[in-house]
Amino acid sequence: MRRSTRLNATFAALADPTRRAILAHLASGEASVTDLARPFAISQPAISKHLRVLERAGLISRRRDAQRRPCRIEAKPLAEASVWLEGYRRFWESSFQRLDAVLEELTAQEKRGSSRRRKRKRP
Amino acid sequence: MAKLDLTARPGTQEIVLTRVFDAPRDTVFKAFTDSKLIARWWGGSLYQTTIDTMDARPGGTWRFVQKGRDGREHGFHGVYHDVTSPERLIYTFEYEGLPEPGHVLLETVRFEALPSRKTKLTDLTVFQSVADRDGMLAAGMEEGATASMDELARLVERG
Repeated sequence: MRRSTRLNATFAALADPTRRAILAHLASGEASVTDLARPFAISQPAISKHLRVLERAGLISRRRDAQRRPCRIEAKPLAEASVWLEGYRRFWESSFQRLDAVLEELTAQEKRGSSRRRKRKRP
Repeated sequence: MAKLDLTARPGTQEIVLTRVFDAPRDTVFKAFTDSKLIARWWGGSLYQTTIDTMDARPGGTWRFVQKGRDGREHGFHGVYHDVTSPERLIYTFEYEGLPEPGHVLLETVRFEALPSRKTKLTDLTVFQSVADRDGMLAAGMEEGATASMDELARLVERG
């Protein structure tokens, strides 16, 4: 699958709160469909539909254990989605750290300026 | 050091940044709108930024150029829509290094006074599409990066 198609599928899959909650559950380990359905007041077929969307997007994989078909999270599609955002975050983090230094200098100058003005007012 | 908070909910076209600065609002606003000051912080620590043009008034244009250590130049430009000191700055932003022009974004920066002469900055950036927001056209994406479980949990639980 082309990267852009894969990213589209990833973000479409993540656009649903139930699917995001399923992924959050799987982040701490494998789980069966029954386990995943338990917190939600929706039917098992509805959960299975969500799992199919997640599986098609490559976000989960399901083992072939005939009875339970446990689900497992797959990190790579989410990693691709977040790499660019991490770069964006680092750009702004380092910019704002430099801004901290500029602001420190400006506020020190302002304080020196105002204390000089107070001194001049004395007769 | 203050923490940068970044929110980018999956399936949306926005990124919201919030950050607290240890300086009064007027001073922070000045650092965003004075060309000599902005050159000293904009663009992070890996690049050198030169100000090609900057007219921080409604309708004024801006263009910054960053030069990396490899000598390559990256241009960014836009137009100021609203410059309301000391509370609000709205401008368009386009990165000239994308494979095609037209992927403009709209940035709204709000400056809120906090007690003890501090300022809370909120930066809302709206992209033209989810794909633009997720940097699918951006140069330099690395294949095969792996996410830590923490990063994963943050991304899914944010929503």
